Amino acid sequence: MKIFLAGIAWLGLLATVLPSILVFAGVMEAPAHKAVMGVGMVLWFAAAPFFMKEKSPP
Amino acid sequence: MTEETNAGKTESAASAAGANEFERESVPESRLKGLGSFVGMYAGEHAAGTEFMIGPLFVTHGVSAFDVLVGLLLGNLMAVLSWRFLCAPIAVRVRQTMYYQLERICGVRLVAVYNVANGLMFCFLAGAMVSVSATAVGIPFRMKMPGLADWLPNSAGWIVAVLAVGAVISVVAARGYDAVARFANIASPWMVLVFLACGIAALPGLGIHSPADFWPVANAVVWTGVPIEGQTQYGFWHVFCFAWFCNLAMHVGMSDLSIFRYARKAGYGYASAAGMFVGHYMAWISAALLYALQLKEDPGNTSVAPGPMAVNIAGLAGAACVIIAGWTTANPTIYRAGLAFQVLFRNWSRFRVTLLAGALATAGAIFPALVMKLLDFVALYGLILMPMGAVIFLDYWVLPKLKLESFYAEKAGIPFHWAAGAAWILTLCFCLVLYAYAGIENFFLFIPAWFIAAALYAGGSVLVQRYSRPEAGL
Repeated sequence: MKIFLAGIAWLGLLATVLPSILVFAGVMEAPAHKAVMGVGMVLWFAAAPFFMKEKSPP
Repeated sequence: MTEETNAGKTESAASAAGANEFERESVPESRLKGLGSFVGMYAGEHAAGTEFMIGPLFVTHGVSAFDVLVGLLLGNLMAVLSWRFLCAPIAVRVRQTMYYQLERICGVRLVAVYNVANGLMFCFLAGAMVSVSATAVGIPFRMKMPGLADWLPNSAGWIVAVLAVGAVISVVAARGYDAVARFANIASPWMVLVFLACGIAALPGLGIHSPADFWPVANAVVWTGVPIEGQTQYGFWHVFCFAWFCNLAMHVGMSDLSIFRYARKAGYGYASAAGMFVGHYMAWISAALLYALQLKEDPGNTSVAPGPMAVNIAGLAGAACVIIAGWTTANPTIYRAGLAFQVLFRNWSRFRVTLLAGALATAGAIFPALVMKLLDFVALYGLILMPMGAVIFLDYWVLPKLKLESFYAEKAGIPFHWAAGAAWILTLCFCLVLYAYAGIENFFLFIPAWFIAAALYAGGSVLVQRYSRPEAGL
């Protein structure tokens, strides 16, 4: 389950940054870019809290 | 630019775990942390809401592409070296918080004065972060964004947005911010990538379609070397010094002694590079690209409003990033301000005093001048707190060589060490004179200020320890 959630979270990060590269390459338009980034955000925040470790000091 | 919140996070996380925070003792060997903890912390902490402001403000001041790309590179390098060679070596030898070391050197009363100054600076810094978040919150309500030249609130909508954001952040901070600190940790990798994605996605709109296009367009469209009307001209040295002193209170000012006391060795000071070159290089450049795109699309829209800029390129994710970046950094900053103010309001509860700090931050955020003049505020913030870093440096390295006692206030049992107090206050007075009468800009004052503070503290220590208090037997 944890591996699955980690995969979802990493997919979220990929969906956050990859569309911008596609926009730069000219193969994705701005509306799609915004939409995919939004999906990436949802994926990350839905999955990351369940697999990221508590941060210890410092 | 938010590592001042680290001590708060450290304290909070430790409290939550019921752990010993080592507030008044040295961190033992068993509690030291690995390099990864510091790299992760610095990388996350420096992708803050205010990064959205700083990159664009350089554009408004007419810096050139060379000024920004090379000035930031070298300035951030100086910041990293300051952490490594000024702050970390003392931190790993003494392993105590900056506040405790300062109390041992200066006495409890002088530390109380320092705390209040620190708390006020925290409030205004948090206010800037509240303003950043408010620019995103106001978008659905078609709020009129403050302009570059606005010092006073330009609409009722702005005041309402700031009050709403400030109230939420203040109440959450007053209730303790463990949940927000955890949320900030989760959000930080995503936020860093949003900054990066915004910068990359803005490139085609600016006319950059290949790496070869970057330099010509960067000079012609982004960092043109021409300031926006009403803004002063900045150059290479402004950028270089700003990147260096942006976290002056933390490295030269020694605030991050509280962080590096957990480091195994002083070399961990290099971990700060993760924060500098992610948050203060990549993020500032990305934010500048967003602003340049806004100017290209609408040359009349010179407003530096991170919300609309981020939404323009990243949609909902951009708005969320601006709100989260502002919120997660303002929240612990207000909490720390509350802690600092407790020396003034000892009978007040932590909840009440944190609300007071939040109210001050929110009141400051109502005035757009706080963010539109953020570069100047950051310069002032570092300058006010930095002299105490010189005091700590001299106290540890130089005083023993002069056959004087380190940690004099503790050994002499005095609540206010005049040598340190005079070094602090006279340095600031001297800087005021340099600024007002010698024409030295606030960006460059910190370099003479360090040497002035150091000389004053060394001289004052000689006077106090050898001539004024021989009865102390020291």
